[in-house]
Amino acid sequence: MSDPEITLYRLQACPFCERVVRKLEAYDLDYRSRFVEPMHSDRDVVKRISGKRTVPAMVDEATGVTMSESANIVDYLDRTYGDADETGGAA
Amino acid sequence: MAMGLDFEVVDLTDTDHPEEGEQAPDFERPLVNHEYWEDTALSDLTADGPVLLLFHTMDGAFPTTYMWNEIRDRQWGHRERDDDLTVVGLSVSSPYEHKQTVQERGIEDADYRLFSDPQNGVAEQYDIAHDLDGMAGVSEPRPAVFLLDAERVIQYAWVADEWPEFPDYDAVEAAIDDL
Repeated sequence: MSDPEITLYRLQACPFCERVVRKLEAYDLDYRSRFVEPMHSDRDVVKRISGKRTVPAMVDEATGVTMSESANIVDYLDRTYGDADETGGAA
Repeated sequence: MAMGLDFEVVDLTDTDHPEEGEQAPDFERPLVNHEYWEDTALSDLTADGPVLLLFHTMDGAFPTTYMWNEIRDRQWGHRERDDDLTVVGLSVSSPYEHKQTVQERGIEDADYRLFSDPQNGVAEQYDIAHDLDGMAGVSEPRPAVFLLDAERVIQYAWVADEWPEFPDYDAVEAAIDDL
């Protein structure tokens, strides 16, 4: 089993995380999920990779990008993996 | 009698669990460390070397506490001769409970990680499921230890035939030393 290039740090039942998951699935991207603590102060792993403790946070090793905030991530996924039509001039 | 009691404890029924020399069944479940959990296959772990797989009762029960304390104190996986041994547990407890166990038992630095299997499917796969008396609808693995080489072939197997029963830690350690 080869490791997916995209790692999503997520919180169970977090709607912002589900928003990103829906987009990953829409583009049929292979990704792995790492579930972290509800307690914000305990999310050291997220802080280490992204500089912040918020989720979702995503690492894409294919492009070397790490980012937080679901709107940013969705926008990035559209630009990087979406068809030109679907970006809707988001840039 | 593992605990040296002078009365009979509950005998468990015979099982058809995998034996030494056989390849351990593969499975994938959330594997919990002190920071996150992630779906992981047993074969992902054996790909990196030998694995000690410990089935135990649910987190919070005293045998689980005692077992992890004992393994932590014996430093399995971190002695000079252990090379790249990976030590993992498995119980029916949720990932949230496992995270707490990893912290409370002080096993995060040892990188002992715990598989979460609330529906007890892995124990069924290994034929070591145990319906708990007095907890309606709750089944968990009976205590068991499997030491696997990098091909997932079982080098040492122990499955409790009484309840409760603890592993023979010296025997497990001898098996690790024989790897």
